[in-house]
Amino acid sequence: MKNNKYFPEAVAIGVSAGGLKALTKVFSNLPADFPIPIIVTQHLHPLEDSYLAELLSRITLLPVKEARDKEKIKPGDIYVAPPNYHLLIERNETISLSSDEKVNHSRPSIDVMFESAAYAWGTGLIGIILTGANSDGAYGIKIIKEFGGLTIAENPKTAKYPMMPKSAIDTGTVDKILTLSEINEFLINLSRIDKNGYMNFVEDINGTQTEDIDR
Amino acid sequence: MKIKDIENLEITLLLDAMYQRYGYDFRDYARASVERRARQFLIKTGYKSISEMIPALLHDELFFQTLVREFSITVTEMFRDPSVYRVLKEKVLPVLKTYPFIKIWHAGCATGEEVYSLAILLKENGLYDRATIFATDFNDEALEKAKQGIYNLENVKQCTQNYQKAGGSESFSQYYHAKYDSIVIDKSLQKKITFANHNLVTDHSFGEMHLILCRNVLIYFNKTLQNRALNLFDDSLVPGGFLCLGNKESLLFWEKGKKYESIEDSSKIFQKKYLPEGLNMSNEKQ
Repeated sequence: MKNNKYFPEAVAIGVSAGGLKALTKVFSNLPADFPIPIIVTQHLHPLEDSYLAELLSRITLLPVKEARDKEKIKPGDIYVAPPNYHLLIERNETISLSSDEKVNHSRPSIDVMFESAAYAWGTGLIGIILTGANSDGAYGIKIIKEFGGLTIAENPKTAKYPMMPKSAIDTGTVDKILTLSEINEFLINLSRIDKNGYMNFVEDINGTQTEDIDR
Repeated sequence: MKIKDIENLEITLLLDAMYQRYGYDFRDYARASVERRARQFLIKTGYKSISEMIPALLHDELFFQTLVREFSITVTEMFRDPSVYRVLKEKVLPVLKTYPFIKIWHAGCATGEEVYSLAILLKENGLYDRATIFATDFNDEALEKAKQGIYNLENVKQCTQNYQKAGGSESFSQYYHAKYDSIVIDKSLQKKITFANHNLVTDHSFGEMHLILCRNVLIYFNKTLQNRALNLFDDSLVPGGFLCLGNKESLLFWEKGKKYESIEDSSKIFQKKYLPEGLNMSNEKQ
């Protein structure tokens, strides 16, 4: 898939307050042969046990796991950041965890995941920001766009907590504002379309073709 | 070449320069974290690109030292992950009690909070006087702070809570003196601790230990460097000795992992088996 410049290689989702419900909606009916990995950073209480992966695995056919340090990222799997660790993506498509300082008062931080994912996947990344009562992820969305990825925010009008998607939208780098069921539909469609279909879709969103940043 | 690939090259050159000029080797650190820290540092310096920092780094040792500080992670707290201390108390200390003297290595101790936590645990279980603790880090500035044992008063509430969750049996306040807006760790806790500079990337084993703690350090290394550090710990542990890693660290990707048994899944404490692998196999054949 590497050489197909405009076919996505990964989905990164950042979500905070109201997250479980939102993710349940976004992941419902995803086909078992979903073609690319999904990486999730959800703000959690630091001492909370990591139930999120377990809860999510009940609502989707895709394997959901708590991300492990140095793990190879596989297509079609869903990875969730463990509580109290930042999740970073390496360029060789493995996971790194870090116990660095909190970023935006958060660990895991969505910005940290988005930024590293943008460096790892560039144009191949789809970044999605969902409900939340802070502005973590806004900077990360900007970086994803800068490297030619596709950026989606949950519609603040229908989001449980609008501040996080709104902050991302305010950066002026969000390609598409969608409701949760539209995001769900988008993901289901992803598993059905080929490279050309995806290019048409991106062009449809941008009005112009996404340009790779070259020098 | 894309911008992100140019930057990757710049970071490779920066890390090479640090290694060749000063002998500090970050080349096998987990790359995404190093990149993030380099970018953060870049913003503070006012330079426009990572590669612009290289000449400064080569000619200005102070600049290099600030960069090393940026690369060194010193996030820690007293009794971080309290449940680990419970498992140490219940499963590890009873074994350590059988030794006439106990040697412990805390690798990557940063500013020392977790070393003092361990000292308190040993003290409350009657093992402190038999123990020698080697606390090491590659960051001299952090080590100096660890030696002084002076911490911010602001954190004391959190520390006390952690101490209680860790199963502490006394009053936490007896282990420090409040002074202005700081707490000073009680001198009696320092008696058995030797602080020293040691770099897991380039230095070697310096003795046989009964317990090695190295928590939230390996996640900052790539697989190659993780294996180097784990081999170093293996060389430094007596048979039956214990290795205590961070909650999200494991022996999964280490070829000698089979020489160790997990004594409790959630806390990532492993015991080195008493018999070498070969002997076990010959037993099975009989």
